Amino acid sequence: MVDLVKDWRNDIYAVFKDLDITMVSHVPDAGHTPLINLCEKDNEIDVVTLTTEQDGVGLSCGAYAGGKRSALLMQSSGVGNCINALALPNICRIPFLTVVSMRGEWGEFVPWQVPMGLGTPKVLEAMDIKVFRADYEEEVGSTVDAAARFAFNTNRSAAVLLSQKMIGAKQFKNG
Amino acid sequence: MIDRRPFVQKILKNRKDNLRVVSGIGTSTWDLMSAGDNIGNFGFIGAMGQSIPFALGLATAQPNLRILLFTGDGDTLMSLGSLATIANHPVSNLTVIVLDNESYVETGSQPTATAGKSDLELIAKGSGFDNCYTVKSEDDYDKIINTVYNEEGPSLIVIKCEAKATPLVFPHSFDGAISMNRFMSSIKT
Repeated sequence: MVDLVKDWRNDIYAVFKDLDITMVSHVPDAGHTPLINLCEKDNEIDVVTLTTEQDGVGLSCGAYAGGKRSALLMQSSGVGNCINALALPNICRIPFLTVVSMRGEWGEFVPWQVPMGLGTPKVLEAMDIKVFRADYEEEVGSTVDAAARFAFNTNRSAAVLLSQKMIGAKQFKNG
Repeated sequence: MIDRRPFVQKILKNRKDNLRVVSGIGTSTWDLMSAGDNIGNFGFIGAMGQSIPFALGLATAQPNLRILLFTGDGDTLMSLGSLATIANHPVSNLTVIVLDNESYVETGSQPTATAGKSDLELIAKGSGFDNCYTVKSEDDYDKIINTVYNEEGPSLIVIKCEAKATPLVFPHSFDGAISMNRFMSSIKT
């Protein structure tokens, strides 16, 4: 367990530790980077870098079949890549947890992020995923905790959307 | 060219207690089930492209078991990136056997990319697999068994086989939850 200062990423990490989540897969996103770094420093957490987000769904289900809990970290743009893969935890009643950093919704600079940002909650709900959202730093820990317990206690899929309002929208500069 | 179904059955004959077997969508699942019902088997009937990452997760979580995945060229081609993920997150207990018939037999035998210029052994090598080879004859049976049970993985074996439709052999249940619970009961956690 790494010593923590007050930061919402640390709150997510604390939930992972509390609920024995020992595998974290991701296609990286800047919003998740401090959390990924925390997990990489922890010898008890197996961090898997994916080439595409949907592989994190299968990976997570296989790990659970082997008795290991995991979480998939991704950006909202990755949610669309996962849709058919999400049939696997659904039909096999395997708990599945993902934490999604939102783009394309609050002060976004890049128009290409908007379609999947708008679509993210809709497509997750269309696939029967229970969607949780955290808009403020102080509710991140309790929201991820609630989503993880929902997933692992009821053998269902849960997603936490981390609001771009909270993460902050990067403003790009040319040159 | 190898006749896949009897060869899969031969590979699984006298299987050891430490082996768990997963199969990818399509003919691979019917092949696996044709070898006899076993609670240590789990067959995909959907979620194309997910059997390889699933096998990686399982192998990572159960390092003391040997994990064998039978899947097809179609399923593998959908998830080529997962080969790079496996190679860079090595698991010593995982063998992927690709039953490569160069076609989507279940949908009408349309040719896959391996019927053209693509070579899954070379793709696996380029992805970072140290142990990968192609089998074109049943004479390599002993080599395959040694890879599955003894060699340091991850390993990928491409078995070139005939493209022909075979009878469907259903798993214990088509319901994923029933099949998964049964499979998990074969794993001590």
